[in-house]
Amino acid sequence: MSKIVHVLIWSAVAAAGALSIAVIALRRGESISAMWLVVAAACCYSLGYRFYSKFLATKVLVLEPMRATPAERLENGRDFVRTNKWVVFGHHFAAIAGPGPLVGPVLAAQFGYLPGTLWILAGAVFGGCVQDFVILLFSVRRDGKSLTEMAREEIGKVGGFIAYVSILGIIVILLGVAALIVVNALKGSPWGAFTIAMTIPIALLMGLYLRRIRPGKVLETSILGFALVMLAIVSGQWVSQSPTWGHWFTFTAPTLAIVIIIYGFAASALPVWLLLAPRDYLSTFVKLGVISLLAAGILLVHPQLRMPALTRFIDGTGPVFAGNIFPFAFLTIACGAISGFHSLISSGTTPKLIARETETRLVGYGAMMAESLVAIMAMIAACTMQPGVYFAINSPAGIVGAAPEAAASTISNWGFPVLATDMAALAHSVGEQTLYNRTGGAPAFAVGMAQIFSRSLGGDAVLAIWYHFAIMFEALFILTVLDAGTRVGRFMVQDALGHWWKPLGRTSWYPSILSTSALIVAAWGYFLWQGVKDPLGGINSLWPLFGIANQLLSIVALCVATTILLKMGKARYVLVTLAPLCALVGVTFTASWHKIFDPNPRIGFLAHARQLLSQMATAPKPGDLTKFIFNDRTDAAVAGFLVCLVSLILLESILEWARVLSGRKAARVKESPFVPTRFAAEEG
Amino acid sequence: MRIRMFFRILRAAISEIFDESAYARFLARRGTVSSVAAYAEFQRETEQVRARKPRCC
Repeated sequence: MSKIVHVLIWSAVAAAGALSIAVIALRRGESISAMWLVVAAACCYSLGYRFYSKFLATKVLVLEPMRATPAERLENGRDFVRTNKWVVFGHHFAAIAGPGPLVGPVLAAQFGYLPGTLWILAGAVFGGCVQDFVILLFSVRRDGKSLTEMAREEIGKVGGFIAYVSILGIIVILLGVAALIVVNALKGSPWGAFTIAMTIPIALLMGLYLRRIRPGKVLETSILGFALVMLAIVSGQWVSQSPTWGHWFTFTAPTLAIVIIIYGFAASALPVWLLLAPRDYLSTFVKLGVISLLAAGILLVHPQLRMPALTRFIDGTGPVFAGNIFPFAFLTIACGAISGFHSLISSGTTPKLIARETETRLVGYGAMMAESLVAIMAMIAACTMQPGVYFAINSPAGIVGAAPEAAASTISNWGFPVLATDMAALAHSVGEQTLYNRTGGAPAFAVGMAQIFSRSLGGDAVLAIWYHFAIMFEALFILTVLDAGTRVGRFMVQDALGHWWKPLGRTSWYPSILSTSALIVAAWGYFLWQGVKDPLGGINSLWPLFGIANQLLSIVALCVATTILLKMGKARYVLVTLAPLCALVGVTFTASWHKIFDPNPRIGFLAHARQLLSQMATAPKPGDLTKFIFNDRTDAAVAGFLVCLVSLILLESILEWARVLSGRKAARVKESPFVPTRFAAEEG
Repeated sequence: MRIRMFFRILRAAISEIFDESAYARFLARRGTVSSVAAYAEFQRETEQVRARKPRCC
């Protein structure tokens, strides 16, 4: 292709992107087509990949196609395996795509579609994709070492310890919040609860089928499991309408919380092949299918965005969660823009599969772009709903009132008209008793997704099936995160305790398994219970805490990346990781300050504790208030503790940078030595 | 031709995601054929890795 044609094509892409963003940003008072968001995203990602990631690959990281990767040098047919780049791309995407990019944008939609969309696009192109790409490459150059190991080797022992504690902290908080989302989606919903309950015997059946009847036929087993889940969804309607069965599967939030805590403990202690592995396969199967289906649905229906570009809640008074756009929009949307958790995947399985160094660009940068596109789709699903309906679903009873008329009236007075009768009709059409106060984002996303799906396939007659399909998908997704996360946390605790007393480190010793599982489940169970009992719905307190923990882990990853870049002698390009690092430091430290010290009781944990303390004398049940006060103080302490830890790693990194830049320390990276690839002929 | 290539890669990606490729490599490494015992052994071998693999948020 001639250079002129090339320039013309990319100029057209840039112009289309600029036009789409202008439409998204400047249109006021009228709804716009969701396709503007899709086009803006497609153009931004194309430009980012073509130009920015190429710049990173050639100038900053200087990828070496002739360097043998660990998959080649250490190939063992188990974890180190040279794999086709598109296969690794799919594998990596399946590992990084979780509930975060679906839930975060739905919650952030309370500000309108504009802030979240801009953050998803800019955050991914300049932050998240860069982090995933750089950490993946650095791990490849270090025989697939983990983030913790790289932090210890490149920054120092404190860095390694802090990375370990941060990872454990984020896992605990993440699991608590994830479980809360499931509870809020399933409370009072016999249809949803039945469907999800059925996924447990289905997974056990899959495990046995895979082990005893058709060994190794995972795809076949997953298809069978999916068919059974679909059957469970359809039967769920009958169960919900049956006076006996419907009653059995109608749970309150505290009951569901207890059930999920027991489930988490069992999933952590049972053999992997019996429950965890088949659920994981089933969840991945459904996840990849639903994401493709949602993309197809949006392209087919190209719905209108009914949510305004900016809502009145940019002032920080939002009902979904309290706090201004800065820093809370940037914290709420993590996985779709930049997520510290991804650095664990980029320095986990993926680097051991990379066949050529040059492929880290497609896998690291490219897969994160795909994840970011999922976040854009979630934003579309949330914003195609009537804003009044969106706020009715996502607002806690403590803000809008528990009675339907009161809630509808409060939301309508905010300027988002909604009628109690319309909400009742919508709840009826999706097979629920009520859709009010379903905080957490999952039900709102399910309603948006069901509306898009039903418009492309089946119409209103199947809206209820699509809604419950979406709920099943999200809950299955989240419960898989819960299974895997509890077990990973358990292993981390066992590893640490094993240094203190050897038998506790043995991962197959049952007293150790049971005690460490109980420890991890109790930790996230505490946050879940706190969220369930919170009159403000729990999400207001816990989602920002999760966002802080996740973004703090990103800070750790970017500290490692910046340190390595400086040691590589790339100081002139250090802004590629330093700029997102500074942005995240600004966001997380400001957010942490607000969450701990803000005088507004809806934002600051301590202010809320003080407010409750002042109500003690007149409260009918002072014991309840004492618990809430304890929870507030614990949340403040957790946020403060995480910030202190990350401040230490930041300080240690800055000292290391100063030593390297001043020449007091030799700039030496701890990479594996260069070994030429045996597959040079494959190149080009 | 390209469509065939696309589906070949898609099939390979799915096999890798669902561990079918890993099992095939295991069988090749051991020089054995698929059986209940072989699959149980494969699951034992991969259990530690799988159980430590976090699922992203």
